[in-house]
Amino acid sequence: MFGFLLRRLAVLIPTFIGVSIIAFAFIRLLPGDPVALLSGERVMSPERHAQISAQLGLDRPMIVQYLDYLGGVLQGDFGSSIVSKTPILTQFMALFPATVELSFCAILIAVVIGIPAGVIAAIKRGSAIDQSMMGIALVGYSMPIFWWGLLLIILFSGILQWTPVSGRISLMYFFKPVTGFMLIDALLSGQKGAFSSAVSHLILPSIVLATIPLAVIARQTRSAMLEVLSEDYIRTARAKGLSPFRVVSLHALRNAMIPVITTIGLQIGVMLAGAILTETIFSWPGIGKWMVDSVFRRDYPVIQGGLLLIAGIIMVVNLIVDVLYGLINPRIRH
Amino acid sequence: MKYKFGFAAALLAASFLSTAASAKTFVFCSEGSPEGFDPGLYTAGTTFDASAHPVYNRLLEFEPGTTKPVAALAESWTVSPDGKEYVFKLRKGVKFQTTDFFKPTRTLTADDVVFSIDRQINKNNPWNQYVPGTSWEYAAGMGFPELIKSVEKVDDLTVKFVLNRPEAPFLANLAMPFASIMSKEYADSLDKAGKKEQLNQMPVGTGPFTFIGYQQDAVIRYQKNADYWGKAPKIDDLVFAITTDAAVRYQKLKAGECHLMPYPNAADVKSMKSDSNLKVMEQEGLNVAYLAYNTTQAPFDKPEVRKALNKAINKKAIVDAVFQGMATPAKNPIPPTMWSYNDKVEDDTYDLDAAKKMLADAGVKDLSMKVWAMPVSRPYMLNARRAAEIIQDDFAKIGVKVEIVSYEWAEYLQRSKAKDRDGAAMLGWTGDNGDPDNFLDTLLGCDAVGGNNRAQWCNKEFDELVKKAKVTSDQAERTKLYEQAQVVFKREAPWATLDHSLSIVPMRKEVTGFVQSPLGDFTFENVDITE
Repeated sequence: MFGFLLRRLAVLIPTFIGVSIIAFAFIRLLPGDPVALLSGERVMSPERHAQISAQLGLDRPMIVQYLDYLGGVLQGDFGSSIVSKTPILTQFMALFPATVELSFCAILIAVVIGIPAGVIAAIKRGSAIDQSMMGIALVGYSMPIFWWGLLLIILFSGILQWTPVSGRISLMYFFKPVTGFMLIDALLSGQKGAFSSAVSHLILPSIVLATIPLAVIARQTRSAMLEVLSEDYIRTARAKGLSPFRVVSLHALRNAMIPVITTIGLQIGVMLAGAILTETIFSWPGIGKWMVDSVFRRDYPVIQGGLLLIAGIIMVVNLIVDVLYGLINPRIRH
Repeated sequence: MKYKFGFAAALLAASFLSTAASAKTFVFCSEGSPEGFDPGLYTAGTTFDASAHPVYNRLLEFEPGTTKPVAALAESWTVSPDGKEYVFKLRKGVKFQTTDFFKPTRTLTADDVVFSIDRQINKNNPWNQYVPGTSWEYAAGMGFPELIKSVEKVDDLTVKFVLNRPEAPFLANLAMPFASIMSKEYADSLDKAGKKEQLNQMPVGTGPFTFIGYQQDAVIRYQKNADYWGKAPKIDDLVFAITTDAAVRYQKLKAGECHLMPYPNAADVKSMKSDSNLKVMEQEGLNVAYLAYNTTQAPFDKPEVRKALNKAINKKAIVDAVFQGMATPAKNPIPPTMWSYNDKVEDDTYDLDAAKKMLADAGVKDLSMKVWAMPVSRPYMLNARRAAEIIQDDFAKIGVKVEIVSYEWAEYLQRSKAKDRDGAAMLGWTGDNGDPDNFLDTLLGCDAVGGNNRAQWCNKEFDELVKKAKVTSDQAERTKLYEQAQVVFKREAPWATLDHSLSIVPMRKEVTGFVQSPLGDFTFENVDITE
């Protein structure tokens, strides 16, 4: 197992460097100039433009800029935002917990509903239940997130008034963040009602963000279950007189879980991408919204630093998934 | 905030109670995050609304609802006969805000004024580059480094500005957000602690509200400044709930989660007006959208060709399609709310037959041209592509073939100012200080050719008028000069003036005292919430 882990870790290094090159180069390939954008419609003189570019180090050859940047990153310095002038890591650490909290709740919803839905659909293959579940999953998978979010807001927050419209907690609660996770901080604050307010704010965005992964997980679980249920050992288990529940939960589900876990791991990357839209519509202060704003402002350090940090996290998540995979199926380790 | 459903109501019961128990809290659903809290560093209104207006004051400020600069931190001032020396007497006993992170030991002095301005214009000031890549964009844009020879302390409550040339809009410029007065004592304390960058993150000023905290991209909190030198605000707490999507802002307003919102979707305004819980204020914005011909290239170098094309643009159709009526067609390069607006100027009326004839008379046949459409929505032009399509359609009717082009925003701004640009570029302007000079000389003066003057139009007669007005201190005299300049502009037609958009502010009906600013600022020192 240790050797397997080391091999996987060794692959991470070139991947990380590759990502850093892509993150660095791609944003510079996009048309647009962060310095010119600072003045908007107000025209900046060429001398002033040159002066600010020099201050920001943007006038140096690309390779020099990259090596300088990589050197900084290796020492934990991701640079500072051109716009807000604050260090990237400080901003990321402030915003990332919000995205994690939202993604965690969303993945929880997706797994808790998606896996049983897929299992039931597989067992009841071809039935009305199967068809309606897979029909709903297809609709969920094709849902335009922005439209879906707004629809839920209008229905549940506007018309029914069951949930708040947006934000992370009622504005009436004010406490210094300790962990950055609102649910935990609300509990730690000791303020009455803070936790329930945080929960109520989390409901709609979690549902919206969970929609696509839920559909994917349900469909993946169904197809994996169908494959496993037709295996000889399942027939044997049934022939032995095991209860249908034991056959499905002990024998079929465990084996069907391998591709499902891979799918869940991949969905975390999808979720970070999906979070951009969900965060925008629910005014959720996470990294998705931060990155989008930075792309519009061509804030190079934020985009490249943010991408690198997100990519690093996805790589670590994938590593964990691979390790889990190895635990479930020892053959993978070799 | 009313929740009908039992479960959710129970879930949120505590938040209700605290709503009722808390002091008057005013929630503004702002449209975006501030870039920082030092107004000198930025140019965006969103940033000024969160920094300059609640936290800081300026020597002069615009009288609420107008663009007239009136006394603020400066109690009085004198201008030398040659218009080059301005001496300001400061208000006595103005206290800086006391916060968790700074306790001031002295009141406002001339040192604070000198510090606030000098750092923006003097490269040798230790605060000129206090964070990497600091760029004093507004000060540079308004020409402060070249204009101001020196800013000096005469005594504790007197400060003197010496200019390199007379400049009539100078007082209005000092009322702009970038000229906010900061505390030198606070800056010095940050310098000592090695935390200079905090000046842009945790502001301390003399304004009506004290900064409490900012949760990035989510919430900004302020509290009433108990030591405020002016009229005390009526609300106790001011909260900015950052909500970038206009449709979501509207839902929050409806649900009572905020009291006031900026920039609604044009399509929502009708239903807002019919909602009995809301009220909507509207005012002509201090802006203009235009299509600038490249007047250095044939056949657009001929005024008669430009006039002919102007006659073929159906501005009413643009206003209806793009703004759903929330704008007015423009005939002058300055908006109607600005002093010196010349209402006697006659617009080029929409008349395709006349346009066709004028083109034929000018000897123009089979004309093909490019129309540049901005890739972004701006307050003065919500959908440039749609407007360009309407123009394309109209021009086709007079035999002019139009190709619509667009580039990424920064690229667009860069390329559109090139002297050899091919085609007519759509763009616009939102006024900074309410002075006509800020439109007429900035956008159409000869010095701005190759820069802000996208028409590359240098007309001696026009330029002399606006340059003369710039150095004349008598407003009646200036008005005459600007009125004349607008006549020249219309005759020469370097632009097709398209529209002035309306500024629409929806709010809860219990909000009182909000005064709409023609400059588009959102200030809350006079607002109140009635039960």
